[in-house]
Amino acid sequence: MIQGLLDGILFGSILSLGAIGLTMIMHTLRFANFSHAELLSLGAYVALVFDKVFSVVSPTLDNTIGSLSLTLSLVLAFPLALIITGLSAMLIDKFIFKRIREKGEELSMVFASFGVALIIRNLIGLIFGLKTQLFSDDIVMAVIISLDPLIMVKPDQIMVLGVTLVIMLILHLILTRTTFGFALRAVAENPSLAEVSGIKLSNIVALTWLIGGSLAAAAGIFYGLTNHVNPIVGKDLVLPIFAATIVGGIGSIYGAVLGGFIVGIAGNMALLILPSGYSPAVPFLIIMCVLLIRPNGLFGEGRE
Amino acid sequence: MSDTVLKIENLVAGYVKGMPILNDVNLTLKKGTIVVIIGPNGAGKSTLIKAIAGIVPITSGSVTLGSKNITGLAPHTMTKEKISYVPQSDNIFRMLSIRENLELVLRASTEDTTSRLDELFEQFPILAEKQKQKGGSLSGGQRQLLAVAMALSTRPEIILMDEPSAGLSPKATQEVLELVRNITKTGVSVLLVEQNVKQALRLADHCYILAEGRNQLDGPAAELLNDPVVGEIYLGGKRIVAS
Amino acid sequence: METLIGIISYSVFFATIASILAIAVLGLNLQWGNTGLFNGGVAAFFGAGAYATILLGGTPQPDHWGGLELFYPFALIGGALFSGLLATVVGLLTLKLRHDYLAITTFGVAVAFESFVRNTNSLTGGALGLRGFERPLEGLINDPFIYNISFFIFVIFLLILIFKFLEKLISSPFGRLLRAIRQDETAAESLGKNPAKVRLTSFVVGSVIMGLAGGLYASFYAYISPQDVVPTLTFQIWAMLIVGGAGNNRGAIAGAFIIWAAWTFSGWILTSVAPVEAQLYTGTIQYILIGIIIVGMLLWKPQGLLQEKLLVSQSSKDQ
Repeated sequence: MIQGLLDGILFGSILSLGAIGLTMIMHTLRFANFSHAELLSLGAYVALVFDKVFSVVSPTLDNTIGSLSLTLSLVLAFPLALIITGLSAMLIDKFIFKRIREKGEELSMVFASFGVALIIRNLIGLIFGLKTQLFSDDIVMAVIISLDPLIMVKPDQIMVLGVTLVIMLILHLILTRTTFGFALRAVAENPSLAEVSGIKLSNIVALTWLIGGSLAAAAGIFYGLTNHVNPIVGKDLVLPIFAATIVGGIGSIYGAVLGGFIVGIAGNMALLILPSGYSPAVPFLIIMCVLLIRPNGLFGEGRE
Repeated sequence: MSDTVLKIENLVAGYVKGMPILNDVNLTLKKGTIVVIIGPNGAGKSTLIKAIAGIVPITSGSVTLGSKNITGLAPHTMTKEKISYVPQSDNIFRMLSIRENLELVLRASTEDTTSRLDELFEQFPILAEKQKQKGGSLSGGQRQLLAVAMALSTRPEIILMDEPSAGLSPKATQEVLELVRNITKTGVSVLLVEQNVKQALRLADHCYILAEGRNQLDGPAAELLNDPVVGEIYLGGKRIVAS
Repeated sequence: METLIGIISYSVFFATIASILAIAVLGLNLQWGNTGLFNGGVAAFFGAGAYATILLGGTPQPDHWGGLELFYPFALIGGALFSGLLATVVGLLTLKLRHDYLAITTFGVAVAFESFVRNTNSLTGGALGLRGFERPLEGLINDPFIYNISFFIFVIFLLILIFKFLEKLISSPFGRLLRAIRQDETAAESLGKNPAKVRLTSFVVGSVIMGLAGGLYASFYAYISPQDVVPTLTFQIWAMLIVGGAGNNRGAIAGAFIIWAAWTFSGWILTSVAPVEAQLYTGTIQYILIGIIIVGMLLWKPQGLLQEKLLVSQSSKDQ
């Protein structure tokens, strides 16, 4: 059971990173973006490409670091993937979602996001193939922490958790120590007041996509490191990430973080009782519970 | 000293095109003066302020700042034009602290934030005392004070205020209106909407009465204070359509 | 003569499926076009009807429950009603919340439903699906060609019936209520109307119609499996509505035929033209095409190809 808890925490950290961007967009633009999860796949594949490119250009980069399956070329590819994915998210909004919301119907954006998700996911499949891949072909040994009960952890998992926490800390500092962070929080609370206070909303929206997209890319790469990379990663993670935002309360970044961990842990715990085939349904059950007990989630504001 | 800083001419504006709330409104604001807009409910007073601020779309007419045409400006550029706007409600960020609220507005300013904050805190000691507290924990009067401080922080030349006394106790109202008086002593011009007619007329230099989206009457505040026509317009009697 | 029969046979087959899907699109139109509700899990309501119909009307099978062998119309209606039941539960929980919660929840329902039918072997036959269903009156009509035409006529009959029903509904007081709520909810409330109840009714009725379509689908194939209730189905039905014109019942039917034609045609072309190694990707390309159609229509022709003559304001800014 402790193994389940540990795996749940790890999976939860990935969900948290994915949920942060989604909750910000859902709150500011009132738009459930079904294509957000595809940014995780996109990030992972971009990283895969640059990982291969760098290791071809400079073969020494191809060596794994310590006991991790992480190579130096992947470390270099990481920031590139984040920036490219963030920019893509921003551009997709600019050219597709923005035009649709200017026509008036907010729900049309939701529907468009289904279409965008289909396009991204299948373009990835078309370009990279449908098979599952890994960042590194080296076999990584899990470290046995305890024999009874049996608890094993891969060094990659510890690294991923560590880096995730660092990323969240940086985000927290930005939100609470920089005026840019104040602006983000201000727009989340009251967009029209933010506007008359001198904030250009379209800039904040663009930056929200940039940040959300980058975090999603990080989540995708971490998922790829600790699981695998394939075109349906996004499709599998759509519902859990939405569940995380709903649990945490839409619009709350801290809620998204907490929600991610809760969904990750609950999902893994559920496997102790349910057969594994049912695991895709678990996030749905979590959502239903939240809607029954506390529809606004942990920290949501219930802004209609 | 008496030049016109803001001129509104033949303004037609409203949220929905084809259904204007303001119909051919005219107004002049002179430097260093307080101009108050009064009128019955639904007259379009708030809408006028919002139209100047760029929040409500303008169909026709003009808003001129000095010699510059600022009709339909983007709201976030107001501070650059040296205009500040204090909305009637929800005019501070409750989830940010007092200090963060001020720092946020000062983003648009080129001045050094820390020294400007020190000045503001000297001017408003209550805000200094509570600067780390979240906006939502303040009383109504304190929130209004913060809203005015935010408006002042960018050293505007014109301040637009929408019912600054709304929801305030008589004492707090007195304080806020006195604050407004003091602001103009430094050459800042104030355009405000007020429901509290008597107090507004005592405070202001000039007054415009709006009803049904049109100018009804305007004149020096002191004169209008004693004019029975004002009462009639409010009670729905006499209607004067200004040319 | 043989080719002629072949062509007619194929056309009947094509038109039967298109008509069944058109019924589902009509249900979606009631939910989205008329009431503004976003159903992100059409496949689940379609599937609920499909599975329930087979379970109610099928012959007893050794490995799973069901096989109640109910008289066919009862099985069909039972399937539709089961879908309505599902919709009632989902609707009660989500309709009073912000609009995109419904989108997420219905999407979740579809994921959960697919997961459920794929794994609960004793009830749904698991990944293998459900068989053991005798198509209605198949014993009586021996010739498959004649049978398919008869079934097609049956489906068309139901399609027209539902079309007429929905058109009547739109011009009835209920329809006026729907429009009133879409335009100004607070005004409607102040007049004593209950928007939540109206939306729930619309959602459930729409789902019942989808369930009926599912039941017909399962009856036609005499088989249903988890593969028939994948999210792709939801996207196809949405694309049909968007292309035809949301809010417009004629458009809904037209959209169904257009998209189904495009889907089968593109599938046929891709499989004929693509080399053996690329066969795996024909589905991938089709999905990209559907995605492009959806996004394209929303960007350039959000009203659909068949414009609604009576254009009711679609703006739902509720600030």
